[in-house]
Amino acid sequence: MFYLQQIGAYFLMIKEVFNRMTKPSVLRKLILKEIDDLVINSLGIVAFISFFIGAVVAIQTALNLTNPLIPRELIGFASRQSVILEFSPTFISVIMAGKVGSFITSSIGTMRVTEQIDALEVMGINSLNYLVFPKIIAMLLYPFLIAISMFLGILGGYVAGVYGGFVTNDEFIAGLTDDFTPFHLVYSFLKTFIFAFLLATIPSFHGFYMKGGALEVGKASTTSFVWTTVAVIMVNYIITQILLS
Amino acid sequence: MIHVENLHKGFGEAKILKGVTTSFEKGKTNLIIGTSGSGKTVFLKCLLGLFTPEQGTITYGNTAYNELNEQEQRDLKEQMGMVFQGSALFDSMTVAENVRFPLEMFTKKTKKEMNIRVSEVLERVNLEGADLKLPSEISGGMQKRVAIARAIVTNPKYLFCDEPNSGLDPKTAIVIDNLIKEITEEFDITTVINTHDMNSVMEIGEKIVFLKQGYLEWEGDKSQIFQTDNKAVTDFVYSSNLFKKVREAQLKGL
Repeated sequence: MFYLQQIGAYFLMIKEVFNRMTKPSVLRKLILKEIDDLVINSLGIVAFISFFIGAVVAIQTALNLTNPLIPRELIGFASRQSVILEFSPTFISVIMAGKVGSFITSSIGTMRVTEQIDALEVMGINSLNYLVFPKIIAMLLYPFLIAISMFLGILGGYVAGVYGGFVTNDEFIAGLTDDFTPFHLVYSFLKTFIFAFLLATIPSFHGFYMKGGALEVGKASTTSFVWTTVAVIMVNYIITQILLS
Repeated sequence: MIHVENLHKGFGEAKILKGVTTSFEKGKTNLIIGTSGSGKTVFLKCLLGLFTPEQGTITYGNTAYNELNEQEQRDLKEQMGMVFQGSALFDSMTVAENVRFPLEMFTKKTKKEMNIRVSEVLERVNLEGADLKLPSEISGGMQKRVAIARAIVTNPKYLFCDEPNSGLDPKTAIVIDNLIKEITEEFDITTVINTHDMNSVMEIGEKIVFLKQGYLEWEGDKSQIFQTDNKAVTDFVYSSNLFKKVREAQLKGL
């Protein structure tokens, strides 16, 4: 019953986010700040993780290719498929649920604890629109981050595979371009947009409706990470079932 | 002027306000006092429109809040300024940005006009030169002055303060109290202050409303509060050792 109430409250919050818009000139500044906080500031960690995980995928694939009948091109093929289909959109989103999600929950939660949200309400401002709407708009740029992750993941695979001596340049490129299905990119970016919305709104929900003090801000951040991850994994399964099966 | 009539508010089974009726006059510092749990904060949040009363009316000037539609309520809120207990300054904004915030949200002033107004208000609260600092870089007393500046920057008709001098040393607390009183008189606004600080009562209490367990127990001014025989009020006032000694001296005729 509690979880149903929470889900209901979440959807009511989403409705309220799009009500009574904040003044456009103020909103513009807020969106730019959120793009900086949520997207630009995540570039480093996303680039780092993507490159090295791509490299590990290539090495693991190469080390498991013991059958001489299986072509070495599979290393490039496996790197591309695993990075584009799952690693970049889904697992980077889980990592972002920790990085961006906890930032959103703790910053909004701290505003709740220190009465900054009350201050907005007293002024007659729709605090949900003021706080959450710019985050949703900023996260529209999240697919660009995922595109960079895809590129760096495959680059990591190439560097580890070719310079590690597991595969030649031609074999890797042949595997990379073999049997490419453009719809996989559509599938991947479609789910990235949905994950971006979840990453902006679920942590906001946990921060906005938290009660208590500093300790509860920490607890809300943890809860928000868990529920954002659960939502990402569930949505990933549903979209994969609908679009790819 | 604000008139409150038969105000009731509760949360579930707990009844917090039980039929409070009182008035707060324009150009005066009106204080709400009472022990913790007496309903002061809920009362103030009802006045601010943050809580909807279950029963009763709150009238601002000639306008009853519950008869207004949503847009009119928002328009009325733009005429209110609030100083929160913890100042509630926006952490990510500088002092000047905090003060400019209501101007950006609710006025069509140019950037230059806003900067002039911000400088005027910061000067009024004696904070010249602090405009580029972040709230975390200034003292508690300065944060309170920034909160006051933000509350008055749009020339509100009503100023509400929730324990404005809590956490401040006695000297700074008096500075803040006097600043609020001066601003109230200077701009002729209706100021309502929620406090349990007897020094504030002595300093600026032009009208005092004493709440006890959700009821209005007593109201009067700072001279009357020391004359009353109301036990709840005298227990509250003389709970401080200093005031107890003053009372004992009075009774001994010293």
